Amino acid sequence: MTDTRLIATSPEGRTRRSLTFTIGAVVVGLHLVIGLLTLFWAPYDPTAMSGGRLEAPSFAHLAGTDRLGRDLFTLIMIGSRIALIVGTGAVIIGAALGVTIGLLAAFASKTLDDVLAAGLDILIAFPTLLLAMLIVASSDGASLWTAVVAIGIANSAIVARLTRILAKRVLRMDYITAARISGTSWIRVVTIHILPNIWPTLLVNLALQFGLAVIAEASLSYLGLGAPPPNASWGRLLQEAQGTVYTAPFGAIAPGIALVSLVIGINLLADGLRDIGDPTRRRRR
Amino acid sequence: MSPLLAIDGLSVHAGGQALVSDVSFSVAPGERLGLIGESGSGKSLTALAAIGLLADGLSASGSVLLDGRQVVGARDRDLVALRGTTAAVIFQEPLTALDPLMKIGRQVAEPVRRRARRDGRPADEKSVMREVMDLLDQVALPQPDRIAKSWPHEISGGQRQRAAIAMALACRPKLLIADEPTTALDVTTQAEILKLLGQLVRERNMALLFISHDLPVVASAADRVVVLRHGRIVEQGPVAKVFREPAHDYTQSLVAAARSFDDALEIAP
Repeated sequence: MTDTRLIATSPEGRTRRSLTFTIGAVVVGLHLVIGLLTLFWAPYDPTAMSGGRLEAPSFAHLAGTDRLGRDLFTLIMIGSRIALIVGTGAVIIGAALGVTIGLLAAFASKTLDDVLAAGLDILIAFPTLLLAMLIVASSDGASLWTAVVAIGIANSAIVARLTRILAKRVLRMDYITAARISGTSWIRVVTIHILPNIWPTLLVNLALQFGLAVIAEASLSYLGLGAPPPNASWGRLLQEAQGTVYTAPFGAIAPGIALVSLVIGINLLADGLRDIGDPTRRRRR
Repeated sequence: MSPLLAIDGLSVHAGGQALVSDVSFSVAPGERLGLIGESGSGKSLTALAAIGLLADGLSASGSVLLDGRQVVGARDRDLVALRGTTAAVIFQEPLTALDPLMKIGRQVAEPVRRRARRDGRPADEKSVMREVMDLLDQVALPQPDRIAKSWPHEISGGQRQRAAIAMALACRPKLLIADEPTTALDVTTQAEILKLLGQLVRERNMALLFISHDLPVVASAADRVVVLRHGRIVEQGPVAKVFREPAHDYTQSLVAAARSFDDALEIAP
């Protein structure tokens, strides 16, 4: 009896969405809409003086102006686009590289697995930012794409280690052995069993990596190694506001709020996505 | 008739340590063989070695002929096809025997589709689903269409084990390996699953390699029994004979232990 009742409720459970998912989706959606909007329209020309220097927030300048008299809100809007590009690009590179290496290690012979695991540990022990700086420094000058690639490679080590552990745990399950006995190829085992089972945990981690990538890009820009002007980056806005932080604090607070809201929004979104993707969690709500 | 599974002088080593040594027995087509012994006696290892599925770091020596083909030392690629057409396994823990993120119907459909393709039968969605329903019905799952649409965590342990049996049957194996298939189940469910297994093996003329530490269970599930201890065979023969006149001290103590437990149950009010 219990069984039939549980089964009957499951289809409805799928359409139900959690509160965290909704909040996350709204915040990230807002950044996405704003970022896309800047491709066609912005309140002011981001490179031109549009008011006095270091003006306080007003209706004309929602976030005030910087020390060159540029509209800060316009720059922050463009910063959204840059942050999303860097986060998405770095996560795609990190996931593609990381999942491949992680699966390879999980399936590899013991010696190769040990070598890969040790290599990953060394990469992880290296601070992400330092690694990204090294990669940016060794390429011909900073650009948006060297930053994306550098952060993506740094992220891939963490993704790879997680994938390796998760995949190994799934590989020990009886249903994998049963599938092998009945003659399932390894590729099929990976696509129908391993990836779906490690995906929920991996997704949350990738969201974390997205947030870290946004922060890493801001740090690179802060150090002058990120996307060069005219790309507006939150990190460079923070750096430019540093000198005037006592006289015009909003110049530092506004990009800070933008950065934090995007990172938290992504994490909430991922939490919600995991709950929706996992049938055993789905039912409880 | 030549045996379906012929194991001759099989040893399994981990590093320098022998986990299974010099084990020899055979299973004829349609025969039900019980493999019995305490935990750590090498029962499961012997079964896994028989289908060439030893974990990394373990190595087998000796000879294992499965359906006339050598398993020891064979390449995994060659074994995949052999396993697919010859053997299927049912495990002890029904929870880990099913992928938690795949509905029962899709899960059973996997081996059905694979087997249909291998046999050159139609593998379209409709005929596959028909066979899935048929299999769920054969393992006596109530309301097969509803079960097919459920996730593994939504059905009971006994139902999960029946679904796992349906998956094993979908492979149309000549040899069914049941590794403690009833240990994790309560006594009533245990009896039902044993009855179902016995019936399916008879109907389909499959050979059964039944692994258990539980004497009464093996007595009802097998025709012949092999007793393992510390990776060596201590005794083998027909179930009735081995259990009535155990020749080896170890078997005697096993039988005595089971008997005194039974007696204790009968004396109790």
